[in-house]
Amino acid sequence: MAETHGSTAMSATGTTGGTATTTRLLEVEGLSSAYGPVRALDGVSLSAEAGRITAVLGANGAGKTTLLRTISGLVRPVAGRVVLDGEDITKASVESMVGRGMAHVPEGRGVIAELTVDENLRVGALFRGKVGKDEFDRVYDLFPRIAERRNNAAHTLSGGERQMLVIGRALLAKPRVLLLDEPSLGLAPRIVAQIFGLLRQLVDAEGLSVLLVEQNARSALSVADVGVVLNLGRVVVTDSASTLMGDEDLRHAYLGF
Amino acid sequence: MDYFVNVTITGLTQGIIYSAFALALVLIWRSTRIVNFAQGSMAAATTFIALALIQAGQSYWVALVVALVSGFVLGALVERVIIRPVEGGPELNAVIVTLGLFVAIQALIAIIFGSSFQSFPTPFGVRGFQVGGSTIPLTPTSLYVIGSVLITMALLVALFRFTRVGLAMRASAFSQEVARLLGVKVGGMLTLGWGLAAVVGSLSGLLIAGGGFVYPAYMDSLIVFGFVAAIIGGLDSPVGAIVGGLILGLALSYVNGYVERGSALVSVAALVILIVVLLVRPGGLFSSTTARRA
Ligand SMILES: Nc1ncnc2c1ncn2[C@@H]1O[C@H](COP(=O)(O)OP(=O)(O)O)[C@@H](O)[C@H]1O
Ligand SMILES: [Mg+2]
Repeated sequence: MAETHGSTAMSATGTTGGTATTTRLLEVEGLSSAYGPVRALDGVSLSAEAGRITAVLGANGAGKTTLLRTISGLVRPVAGRVVLDGEDITKASVESMVGRGMAHVPEGRGVIAELTVDENLRVGALFRGKVGKDEFDRVYDLFPRIAERRNNAAHTLSGGERQMLVIGRALLAKPRVLLLDEPSLGLAPRIVAQIFGLLRQLVDAEGLSVLLVEQNARSALSVADVGVVLNLGRVVVTDSASTLMGDEDLRHAYLGF
Repeated sequence: MDYFVNVTITGLTQGIIYSAFALALVLIWRSTRIVNFAQGSMAAATTFIALALIQAGQSYWVALVVALVSGFVLGALVERVIIRPVEGGPELNAVIVTLGLFVAIQALIAIIFGSSFQSFPTPFGVRGFQVGGSTIPLTPTSLYVIGSVLITMALLVALFRFTRVGLAMRASAFSQEVARLLGVKVGGMLTLGWGLAAVVGSLSGLLIAGGGFVYPAYMDSLIVFGFVAAIIGGLDSPVGAIVGGLILGLALSYVNGYVERGSALVSVAALVILIVVLLVRPGGLFSSTTARRA
């Protein structure tokens, strides 16, 4: 699995040594964002590689959501750049991101409650023009539970079903990079394991790159290849998931388990 | 019994015009959370455009089409130029902007078209059909009113339900941020939504004018009843707007027809109905606040 990355645990800047053999699909360089006087991100650098799950961990308020929102343009950074597959997308419009191959499932899941399950999926495929029925069927095969409810209003779904719906909707965009903001929040451990297992399969089978934001560090590290720990808007450490898992001090200090 | 039927038909014909005006308000409220106080004077402006064409010798139908198209352009322009800067900001800003626009457009109408009463034609007769020897108040014009509103509503339903752009508009209306993340060009959808709403508003203005007189403030009572209808229906629900308009039209017609000196009480009755509905169901009859919260 993940080769050992260069940095030692607890290094202050937290950038990895990087390897030449993998493709860095998404690169974040010195990204800083602020809400008025509140600086929520402070010089964050990280990369996400094809075929890898990169977990971004940290306590509530660490800046995880702000990181994803800045990457997809919902928040404009005060410094730094975001590079997707070699192209600088720091100033690109939010609407253009899916077309560039990056899908973002926001915090709180982003189900459009008033639309039906099927309509939610169709909105996700709108920007691609005509999309064959087989692609929708594939999502429904992946998540049989939402297939049964395809004509129900999305607000009738349970939390787990909603999460399946938004992941399925993001997959319909055929992304190369998938940003997920706290998918496990409020879900039963069994459902979390199921969704993470499926994510792993997709990543391994299709070379998708996932940036997985989680407060639930234990579950996230169990499925991720690489972990990036954020604290107060800065990267504290970047290392392989197994190394982070084994670092008891770090776990106690920043990951809460 | 005959009298009851007559009063009912009158109520439905008026009510469906309130429905159309209310629908215009609801379409805008749903997509931008803005109450468009300028809807009435925007509609009045397009009616005056139609009147100018008719006075210049054009047919009613040409004038109708031009008025609806200019309604669309006006609505889209208002959103792009005037509303966009205050969208997403404090709610009071948008209220003040649309109120200001209401006054400004009404003044502009008076300057351009004058403030005298001018008669506005209707393409069909206003004499009631004969049923079993007696005349009922169902006229060719009222059939035209009801029919044109129903066709417009059916077209809107088809747009929203069965087309890709309709789906994109609904997604944008319910959740702008999610829609943007899914690649929907939300700004364009809002412009389109304002344009379509203004078309529906213009239609209501043309219909209420038909066979009567127009002057810069001729829409004022329709504005009041249209707002009441929209709020009765829940402001969020197109079906609510339609039902709200019909309920209000019927109720006011019964007050007018059965209560002594009822015609003087119509406005008061509208307010009483509004208050009663809001006391029983604060969100309106068709509010979907429970669905939205999820
Ligand atoms: N819309 C906002 N306005 C002001 N401050 C915000 C906003 N969103 C987040 N913050 C602040 O930015 C910091 C990072 O928040 P966030 O990115 O949501 O963290 P996380 O997702 O890790 O919990 C916190 O201090 C939070 O209070
Ligand atoms: Mg968060």
